[in-house]
Amino acid sequence: MADYAHPEVLVSTEWVAAHSADPKIRVVEVDVDTKAYNEGHVPGAIAWAWNTQLCDTVRRDILSQEQFAALMGSSGVAPDTTLVIYGDNNNWFAAWAFWQAKIYGHADVRLMNGGRKKWLSEGRELSQETPHVTPVAYQAHPADLSLRAFLPHVQDAAAHRFAALVDVRSPQEFTGEILAPPGLPETCQRGGHIPGARNIPWGKACNDDGSFKSADELRILYNCEGIDGSKPVIAYCRIGERSSHTWFVLKYLLGFDKVTNYDGSWTEWGNLVGADVERGAASQSAKG
Amino acid sequence: MKAEEYQERKLTVAGWEVNLTSYRLGSEWHCKADNVSPGAALCRTLGATREEAEGKALERAEELLGRTNRHGV
Repeated sequence: MADYAHPEVLVSTEWVAAHSADPKIRVVEVDVDTKAYNEGHVPGAIAWAWNTQLCDTVRRDILSQEQFAALMGSSGVAPDTTLVIYGDNNNWFAAWAFWQAKIYGHADVRLMNGGRKKWLSEGRELSQETPHVTPVAYQAHPADLSLRAFLPHVQDAAAHRFAALVDVRSPQEFTGEILAPPGLPETCQRGGHIPGARNIPWGKACNDDGSFKSADELRILYNCEGIDGSKPVIAYCRIGERSSHTWFVLKYLLGFDKVTNYDGSWTEWGNLVGADVERGAASQSAKG
Repeated sequence: MKAEEYQERKLTVAGWEVNLTSYRLGSEWHCKADNVSPGAALCRTLGATREEAEGKALERAEELLGRTNRHGV
């Protein structure tokens, strides 16, 4: 992990196995729900469910500062706790939690490289016990919105091309052939992508075991699509969780300075009235 | 407890590539089906054998994937 720009935000499965019982460390499994956690999880880990605990369940929004503080406090996470997050789907939802933790200024948050998949495939110990957690006081920082892109900014970027748009969905979603990942509910009216976006599916950043590719491999992957950090990058997908994975790669593994996650993503853009949409492969003019 | 006999294999279901991950936890077999692209989990199933858990996952995956509409572009 030494070649990454910020190797301190990644820990290996070996490291977690050795440190998960440390009282200054809180390990959290994050998935869309807690079904996988209930099967068996890293010993000592608690669970966060994306659909109920990491989103505002009324507004379509991330947690508020107060909600985030309440989640951390009730999870026994103090401001100086090392928060280690992992999950299924090669850390999709774990990256979403990481992104919110950074938005609200948690100092030491890390992803377990390879996530749940790597832990299981290595035959590491699993527990079905939910650990007892003593709540603590937690004060979250005001939201750092430099990590998040909102619709007006994305519209401006698409119109004036001052930022690179990276669509991390599958090629079939990007072209408009399908409106949602196969087997999942359609959440938009139209298919396609934001004009000028490059299609770099999130999974290209991962090895078969779920871990991240090397810094050199990642640099080549993104540079070949004109994403080199020379201008701001906006990552998006369907609902913002896959793009938080790519946001993590670009910001922390490659060290790009200005990277935002557009969590409104295609569910927002693909439902807009009068929005420009490109279909099919990316246009030649959008390259670089 | 550990995941024993962990295995992944890819196959095509209802026209879509699916990844089946199966393993044994104690006496129960667990299976997860995900769509290979983009890699979203479709279902998780249990069985007394790997074949039973995988069979349930394939049945559910076929039901879900069969609802996916392809649009002309």
